[in-house]
Amino acid sequence: MKLEAETGDVTSQLCTFLVDELHFGVPVEHVQEVLRYQEMTPVPLAPAVVAGLINLRGHIVTALDLRARLGLAPRGPDDRTAMNVVIRIGDSTVSLLVDDIGDVVEVEQGSFESTPPTLHASIRSLVGGVYKLKGELLLLLEAGLAIQMENPDGGHRSGHGERS
Amino acid sequence: MNLDETIQEFLIESRENLDALERGFVELETKPSDKEIIASIFRTMHTLKGTAGLLGFARLEHLAHAGESLLSNVRDGTQALTPEITSVLLAVVDRVRGVLGIVESTASDGTERHEDLVAALHALRSGAGAGAGSAAVAAASVRPAATSAPEPAAVPVAAPPRQPSAAPATPIPTPSVEATSTPPPAAQAALNSPPPAGVASSVSPSASIEAAPAPTSAVEASASPPPGSSAKPAAPTADAHPSTADLNVRVDVHLLDKLMNLVGELVLARNQLVQYGARNEDPAFTSASQRLSQITTELQEQVMKTRMQPIGTIWSKLPRVVRDLAVSLGRQIRIEMAGAETELDRTILEAIKDPLTHIVRNSVDHGIEDPPVRLAAGKPRTGTLSLRAFHEGGSVNIEISDDGAGLKLDAIRKKALDRGVITADRAMRMSDNELMQLIFMPGFSTAEKISNVSGRGVGMDVVKTNIEKIGGTVDLSSRPGAGTTIRIRIPLTLAIIPALVIESGGQRYAIPQVNLLELVGLDADEAKTAIESIRGSAFFRLRGRLLPLVFLDELFNPPPVPPPSLTGLPRAATGLPKPAGRQFAGAANIVVLQADEHQFGLVVDDVQDTEEIVVKPLGKELKGVAIFEGATIMGDGRVALILDVAGLAQHAAAFDPRRGSGQAAAAETDKDADEAERQSLLLFSVGEDETMGIPLSRVARIEEFPRSKIERAGRRPVAQYRGAILPLVELSPALYNTATATDGANVHVIVYSGRERAIGFIVNKILDVVEESYTVDRSTARSSVLGAAVVQGKVIEILDADDVLRMHAPTLLPQGAS
Repeated sequence: MKLEAETGDVTSQLCTFLVDELHFGVPVEHVQEVLRYQEMTPVPLAPAVVAGLINLRGHIVTALDLRARLGLAPRGPDDRTAMNVVIRIGDSTVSLLVDDIGDVVEVEQGSFESTPPTLHASIRSLVGGVYKLKGELLLLLEAGLAIQMENPDGGHRSGHGERS
Repeated sequence: MNLDETIQEFLIESRENLDALERGFVELETKPSDKEIIASIFRTMHTLKGTAGLLGFARLEHLAHAGESLLSNVRDGTQALTPEITSVLLAVVDRVRGVLGIVESTASDGTERHEDLVAALHALRSGAGAGAGSAAVAAASVRPAATSAPEPAAVPVAAPPRQPSAAPATPIPTPSVEATSTPPPAAQAALNSPPPAGVASSVSPSASIEAAPAPTSAVEASASPPPGSSAKPAAPTADAHPSTADLNVRVDVHLLDKLMNLVGELVLARNQLVQYGARNEDPAFTSASQRLSQITTELQEQVMKTRMQPIGTIWSKLPRVVRDLAVSLGRQIRIEMAGAETELDRTILEAIKDPLTHIVRNSVDHGIEDPPVRLAAGKPRTGTLSLRAFHEGGSVNIEISDDGAGLKLDAIRKKALDRGVITADRAMRMSDNELMQLIFMPGFSTAEKISNVSGRGVGMDVVKTNIEKIGGTVDLSSRPGAGTTIRIRIPLTLAIIPALVIESGGQRYAIPQVNLLELVGLDADEAKTAIESIRGSAFFRLRGRLLPLVFLDELFNPPPVPPPSLTGLPRAATGLPKPAGRQFAGAANIVVLQADEHQFGLVVDDVQDTEEIVVKPLGKELKGVAIFEGATIMGDGRVALILDVAGLAQHAAAFDPRRGSGQAAAAETDKDADEAERQSLLLFSVGEDETMGIPLSRVARIEEFPRSKIERAGRRPVAQYRGAILPLVELSPALYNTATATDGANVHVIVYSGRERAIGFIVNKILDVVEESYTVDRSTARSSVLGAAVVQGKVIEILDADDVLRMHAPTLLPQGAS
């Protein structure tokens, strides 16, 4: 649902989850599904954010460690507690590893604010804004950026891996 | 509109029949007296007529009946098949298609009575002069499209098929189609006067109706006028035959998709079960869940196969396209197809259908020259267009080549300059290849005459975009005067390849069998002798050649790189652990691989089975990881990565710059060699005072004993040595064709340690043992010689002991070389 800068009546639904005690939300239309911990196949020589590959109904989906992506301490290799938030945008499907899954929350446009500058830079780069909910801040995750390997300023990988 | 099921059936069947008719007509032209084809065509037309009649489509029946009558004459032999007849019959096919479109939207066969075509058919039948037939054909060609059918968007199919209105309008010489550009002069002329009659196989028509190409896009109605009849038509030599209907069933695509989804859900549930099972100790449960796991994977693979179709299904239209186009341009072209059975996922087929057609048109239109031009150039009059499709690795390759004029680089350069695409300065500096790439830019077309076929300038850039959208690549090569080849490479979302499963570092990986040369398993002792370290890199001796070794676990978990302050010191002094390769203790599993010209051995922990695996692409986000070409789902539902052997070789070479890439191992000169890498070399003389060397590590002992001690066992010289029988090989005769220079009554023997026994090399004289670091120049390798090396300032040859053994005492080879 588009967030229109009109009256505060416009609401959107966010799928929420927890990463290092920070609450994040992603528009439900970007979330294909949420899963508990899935067996992953590690990808050697891939960037550290790549936690591995999971088999999602026959489709092989890359799992990115959102902790690492946000610049937080990555999970240990034996960590089996992470949950999967499978993001689907366009024809890209990537799973984000999070600490825990929250509820689907309805938020109002009126409660949306810009990201506070106190947030760490590496996290801010992936956050589009915050929703002030009772008692806490819900960070709006830029799912499209999150599922890429690096931030645009950090240098994009090109789409085609042209190997000779 | 909700059509009656019978009518839907009729539509599907009839469309298939029309396709068969079309293919049949085109093929028949090349074999006009083939009775089987004629009979089959006749039957099909007859069926069409019958079913149309049954459903009350009188006008359709009327038209089909006329066609059938004409065919009957041909079948009986009272009339010969002429190109004119073929053209008219093809026109009938097109018209029927149009009517089917009307049926689809209105459940009736429209108001049109098709008298024009019927008249043409009658005229031909009664032999009332070919001219009459052609005139009727010409008249037919002017007809506007059937009214309630979708507008024939017979544009160069580079335009997206679903938006005919967006594409530039084709100058079909009909008033109902709005023309944004004037129809070509030839077509205009044809409109005004009947085309020349005759079925002469003359070379160039004086005027021919500019044919609107048979649309191959999704648009159904195609009232494209039939091409003029004067030129010898294209002669396709497709090897595609209609598939046997009996072995196939027709299934609704939506049903298949539902099946896919269900299987997907099953797989997810299976995964959960397997995870649970791993923690569960109950053997009965474990075995049952494993069985379930296997079955689920197989089910998944089979269901996915239902989406695969041979590329021949989209190729089957092309002979007609080429034929019509060639006729209209007055050229002669044959089309060859190889690999029509290559299978592709449905969605990919859809995506490449139009690009392929466009490329083919380009070849016909811009590539293949007119017959007189070809003859003048010493080429055969008939141009050849060849299509080739094959699987390689995880991709499907499609090549379209023609033996035409090739890309006209000067025209391209000029066009690019005119369009301001490149500066004059750049234009002069561009390589031929770069110039060729310019055709992929939007709006680029160098056709001097804009035919309604191609040359509209919307072409190759759309082709490239469409192909890249599905993750593929397009490339082209061209030689002026000789022809052009376009290569499309598409990674398949579904490719099944045989692969070897190996294990390393606790994970499984798959290696495509196409890259696999052999497997070598060494036990601990063999590994010690077979694996050598030359200047810090590990090599493996395989039948006399040294192959670089890559340790997969090391590659995936690279040892720490020495910090800059420590470089330059011998490794031993840095206190860093030596890479595993150097101190090889224990057995080794070596997979000998080849990619391009690179051969190397990959050391893995375990070698498992060879399986057929389904190749899945890695996500875009992982495209940069060059050592993997995809992933697959194993029998237990787990994901295994598929190694890209070429990428692996490159990465390994980059990882250790001292490694050569395969055959040219150890050819670099490394000035700052470490202390620890000096080798002990035993120097000896053979032949006529030639000096050779052999690594001391292989030498057991150096002996000297009287010649009289040499006995014969069978034909082989042996000596009794330390309580065993030592087989002997005289190196001078073996390598230099001279007798061993005797030093008194004694012979000098280098005892070389083999696997179970030792062997003695008889040499002229033992010279020295030196410790030196050297590189073997493999370009000087010959039989029994590894190559030359500079040792102590002199050039000497290094003995290839295994090769000697192989030739003279094969049973004593130190490793299990096959």
